[in-house]
Amino acid sequence: MKTSRNAIYGSLLLLPAAVLLWTFTYQPILVTIVDSLYSTPRGRRPARFIGLDHYETMMADPVFWKSLVNNLIYALTTIPLSIGLALAMALLVNAGIRGRALTRMAYFTPTVLPMVAVANIWMFFYTPDYGLLDQMLRPFGLGGNNWLGSSETALGALIAITVWKEAGFFMIFYLAALQQISPALIEAAQLEGAAPSQVFRRVTLPLLMPTTLFVAINAVIGAFRLVDHVFAMTKGGPDNATMLLLYYIYQVGFSFWDTGYAAALTVILLAALALIAMFQFGYADRRVHYR
Amino acid sequence: MSGIRVESLTKEWGTVRAVDGIGFEAGSPEFVTLLGPSGCGKSTTLRLIAGLEQATSGRIVIAGRDVTGLPASKRNLSMVFQSYALFPHLSVADNILFGLSIRGVPKAERKRRLSAVVDLLGLGRLLDRRPSQLSGGQQQRVALGRALIAETPVCLLDEPLSNLDAQLRAEMRNEIRGLQQRLRITMLFVTHDQTEAMSMADRIILMRDGRIEQNGTPVDLYERPASTFVARFIGTPPMNVLDLTPVDGGLAIAGSSGPAVAPSGSSPARLGVRPEHIGFAESGLAAIVQSVEYFGADTITACRVGQQLMLVRTPGRPALTPGTTTHLRWPPAAAHLFDATTGLRRDAPLQQLKPDAA
Ligand SMILES: Nc1ncnc2c1ncn2[C@@H]1O[C@H](COP(=O)(O)OP(=O)(O)OP(=O)(O)O)[C@@H](O)[C@H]1O
Ligand SMILES: [Mg+2]
Repeated sequence: MKTSRNAIYGSLLLLPAAVLLWTFTYQPILVTIVDSLYSTPRGRRPARFIGLDHYETMMADPVFWKSLVNNLIYALTTIPLSIGLALAMALLVNAGIRGRALTRMAYFTPTVLPMVAVANIWMFFYTPDYGLLDQMLRPFGLGGNNWLGSSETALGALIAITVWKEAGFFMIFYLAALQQISPALIEAAQLEGAAPSQVFRRVTLPLLMPTTLFVAINAVIGAFRLVDHVFAMTKGGPDNATMLLLYYIYQVGFSFWDTGYAAALTVILLAALALIAMFQFGYADRRVHYR
Repeated sequence: MSGIRVESLTKEWGTVRAVDGIGFEAGSPEFVTLLGPSGCGKSTTLRLIAGLEQATSGRIVIAGRDVTGLPASKRNLSMVFQSYALFPHLSVADNILFGLSIRGVPKAERKRRLSAVVDLLGLGRLLDRRPSQLSGGQQQRVALGRALIAETPVCLLDEPLSNLDAQLRAEMRNEIRGLQQRLRITMLFVTHDQTEAMSMADRIILMRDGRIEQNGTPVDLYERPASTFVARFIGTPPMNVLDLTPVDGGLAIAGSSGPAVAPSGSSPARLGVRPEHIGFAESGLAAIVQSVEYFGADTITACRVGQQLMLVRTPGRPALTPGTTTHLRWPPAAAHLFDATTGLRRDAPLQQLKPDAA
């Protein structure tokens, strides 16, 4: 009697959140999956069931493959680079150098800026001939680069921006975690004869693992979700060199209005993200020590 | 020389002088405790020896080697932290083996030493656990194990028992003392608990405000305290320290009607008598019983002598009720004389309190 009433109360308390989650997360996912099995309605022709046709199209679509490969390169470079840089900056700021508050703020500023503003700043860095980068390189005879305009360098240019922006954000988490580590642990390790590099590898780093996992999940999601700078700077070009999966979905859905195909692409993106999240929470979680 | 030698060691933080030119030696084997009230510089002294703080001036010699400028990792000593400082991400076994694996000790040797330490401390069933899965006493033994496995000739301990309950503390006291004797090493043990220091140490270094007040055996500190500070720090309840006034034939307790309890000297003096050395008698120093506290094995009676209070500790049940007039006596050897201005011990021969002196 008592427990069942408690169960009712519990369910009622959960209801608002459940309704919101269902309406804005799970129901759209289901609808997307269903939509991906239907053709795109055009004019008077309504959507009809076409099974896995969209997915077959996708397998043969070179732009899809290009965007997938780009996204993989983008993720595999931005994630480790931004995490590594974040950790390095956090260690530096935590080491009690002078002007610590100022350094911390300087590192954090890129995070506070909206991506479009960031794109604007970097536009100036990347401008051929007049840009900061070219001006710095010209004395060495390396000027005249069109960083965003050539397909060899465009993706790299975007990667640099992302790392620059994300590292400051992740640094804050690392800094908080570093300040949680008891100095006595470091001292104990030193007394046991550990050199600074050993203290870092065998004490600091393992104790930062929960933070690293959290940051890594955020970084993965960011790598597939953050496409503002593609909008602002390259529009996926030149020659699809900076085409990322989400931007491609946007193009297909809102430029070409092929909503059925866009739904199928979305399903692939969601599946990839779900897989990564499952790996991170399932596998890595077991290997991470929580205090 | 093995052991530790500290010479005019000083540590300043800005204007704070946490350690003020102290010097002492700890032999090998020897169990030395650093004792003193909170904030007197015990931990700082220990951390200076460990190399976790840099000395402002002075010299530290360990096992005949001047280590003053060396980092902690090069000093070849082990330490048990007050907070234990166990690595939360490592198992008990890995915690204990941490130092050996850092130093690249071969596997077989590691195994041998681990099993020796595990037997010594009774950690057998805990090896796979994480520190968070251990009780306070178990954590403390792991911390001790991590310090002992290094087999360093010097082991520093910073209030390792302060987090334990009374019974476990008494057990660990014996265990640690026993270990030191079996391993024949130098142990420097910080505590602010005088009973801990008295029961464990070969020698006690009593500190106050960054200086050494007295350095001696527990018996020295109890029987011949160097100052009123030492006298009142050691023993429960603390020693009675009383103001004296000159009377005919010597010094009497101020406010009392005599008799003279000490010979007169050139400067004002104070008299110290331990509560457990005082007895009630038919004659002697007149006193009025003010309050009585019964502790089972003994009774502490607070008596008023003039304006001053004296505690008397007698075995068994209370014999007197508050308000009673009584007389106090103590053997001559139980009286200590201190300089009233400096508080230092004065070694003048003490006059016997004659039965009929009143
Ligand atoms: N890092 C520091 N900066 C400034 N002052 C300090 C620092 N560490 C200790 N002190 C000061 O030095 C003095 C001695 O401190 P210490 O920790 O050695 O005391 P302690 O004898 O160990 O006391 P406790 O029994 O409370 O642990 C104290 O007055 C303390 O405030
Ligand atoms: Mg201390």
